[in-house]
Amino acid sequence: MSLRTALGPSSIGLARVDEPSNLAARNTKGSIVRTILFLATAFAILALGALIWDTASSGARWLSLDLLTNTASRKPELAGLRPALFGTLWVIGLTAVFAFPVGVGAAVYLEEYAPNNRWTRLLKTNIANLAGVPSVVYGLLGLGVFVSIMSMGRTVVSGALTMSLLILPVIIIASQEAIRAVPSSLRDAAFALGGTRWQVARDHILPAAMPGILTGIILSISRAIGETAPLLVVGAAAYVTFNPSGITSKYTVLPVQIYEWARRPQQDFQDLAAAAIIVLLVLLLLLNATAIYFRQRFSKQVKW
Amino acid sequence: MSAVLEERAAVSSANAGNLIVKVRDMNVFYGAFHAVGDVAFDVPKNQITALIGPSGCGKSTVLRCINRMNDLVPTARVEGTIDYHGIDINGPGVDPVEVRRRIGMVFQKPNPFPKSIAENIIWGAKINGFKGNTDELVERCLRQAALWDEVNDKLHESGLALSGGQQQRLCIARTLAINPDVILMDEPCSALDPISTLRIEDLMRELQRHYTIVIVTHNMQQAARVSDQTVFFSLGENRMGILVEAAPTKQLFTNPNDQRTEDYITGRFG
Repeated sequence: MSLRTALGPSSIGLARVDEPSNLAARNTKGSIVRTILFLATAFAILALGALIWDTASSGARWLSLDLLTNTASRKPELAGLRPALFGTLWVIGLTAVFAFPVGVGAAVYLEEYAPNNRWTRLLKTNIANLAGVPSVVYGLLGLGVFVSIMSMGRTVVSGALTMSLLILPVIIIASQEAIRAVPSSLRDAAFALGGTRWQVARDHILPAAMPGILTGIILSISRAIGETAPLLVVGAAAYVTFNPSGITSKYTVLPVQIYEWARRPQQDFQDLAAAAIIVLLVLLLLLNATAIYFRQRFSKQVKW
Repeated sequence: MSAVLEERAAVSSANAGNLIVKVRDMNVFYGAFHAVGDVAFDVPKNQITALIGPSGCGKSTVLRCINRMNDLVPTARVEGTIDYHGIDINGPGVDPVEVRRRIGMVFQKPNPFPKSIAENIIWGAKINGFKGNTDELVERCLRQAALWDEVNDKLHESGLALSGGQQQRLCIARTLAINPDVILMDEPCSALDPISTLRIEDLMRELQRHYTIVIVTHNMQQAARVSDQTVFFSLGENRMGILVEAAPTKQLFTNPNDQRTEDYITGRFG
């Protein structure tokens, strides 16, 4: 039963408002928009699903323990991912060691210590711009600086340093946002008790900002695992039969191995590439789950 | 508990009538805006001084200058001298961290740390070099803040799980843990219900025996109930805060010198 019929027309301000025709039109518009938004979501999910289905169906028959334990080979039946897997773990591990302290430290400096003047604003803008630079440019930078000038060669450490530079802007920006979101009442309370800037940052700001910072780290590591172009440029090898022996050894990583297999004409290698993609996705999921677990634990320490 | 308090009581009676903080020629600017102009007043030791006045007249700004909290506001500039035990704490070469160790602050909206009750109290003491028994420290401070009986069985639960009045008393306990000289309170009861307000006013009168208290309040009745000395601020030209009158509370409320004070306390404006 329509309220208008029962109670009569209403007014807003001094004018009579004609509800019924207006109400029906608003509802219809709402339904149309809702349908469009649903279709957008459905499209995104279907596209992703199609991609995964295509990959899985090509590569599923190659998934086996052999795939993970064999090394590179010219014969598809004997080809495996072991060097690439270890290479990825080495490079990402080292990248994390370089990038996290530097990134979080820079964010703490910019938010808590740096004076609010033109230079600081310039710095912050530049960091935001760096986040948008194509990854292959970082590869070229790494080639020029780490591989050549600093003579580190085409080794794990050069690759890791290059990847650190790549993900640093994202970590800094995400950490800055997390630190800025900490309420100023918390800072006031800590400073009023005679805390120095570092004591306040270490004991109150960072713990409260940790969930946001860890989210930024998760996102940037996810990006780093899948990056192919910069590592190709900086020297991840194409045909590697050994595991990396240390940070100064030659290496390859999963995305590069996928690229190499996908380039070969034989259909078998195409399917192997698909299988390797599945392995990469599983690795990504495992790393994300671990990071999310740590983020949960950190959130619990702060008793909001 | 007894040793520290005995020492403070002895000091208090020896210093009866002393002025612990003397503010002179204070001008505060936020960027180009002249927020507070030519303020001067004294804070007597072991007494409660109330700063009252209409909204926006700079009472909180002046309070925050006393423990250098305005240093944290990038655009703020404070001129003038704040004499504390003979040293100008607004001068160059004075570390604000040291000032805040001796002049504590309780804020308008209770802001305990998102940690346990015990950790709230211990943190301030630890960072200032406390190496003694933390359990004893926690119990002493909670008793002084009249909160021990209510929370002694949940010291490891979050400070934020308490009611508003309890949280504010926790903030007071936390401030007491660093053993300050002076406690500044910025409208400490304005976010609380009337019963909690009265409890905290009782607490203030308890604390004044051993500490000096300066309280900003927009509640005139509270100032009349609680303070020994009252300082009345108002708005001058261009929304600049000015100090109109400072006098013992009884005198200011019954026989003020300035017409503006009379208008404010009789409710003609404000």
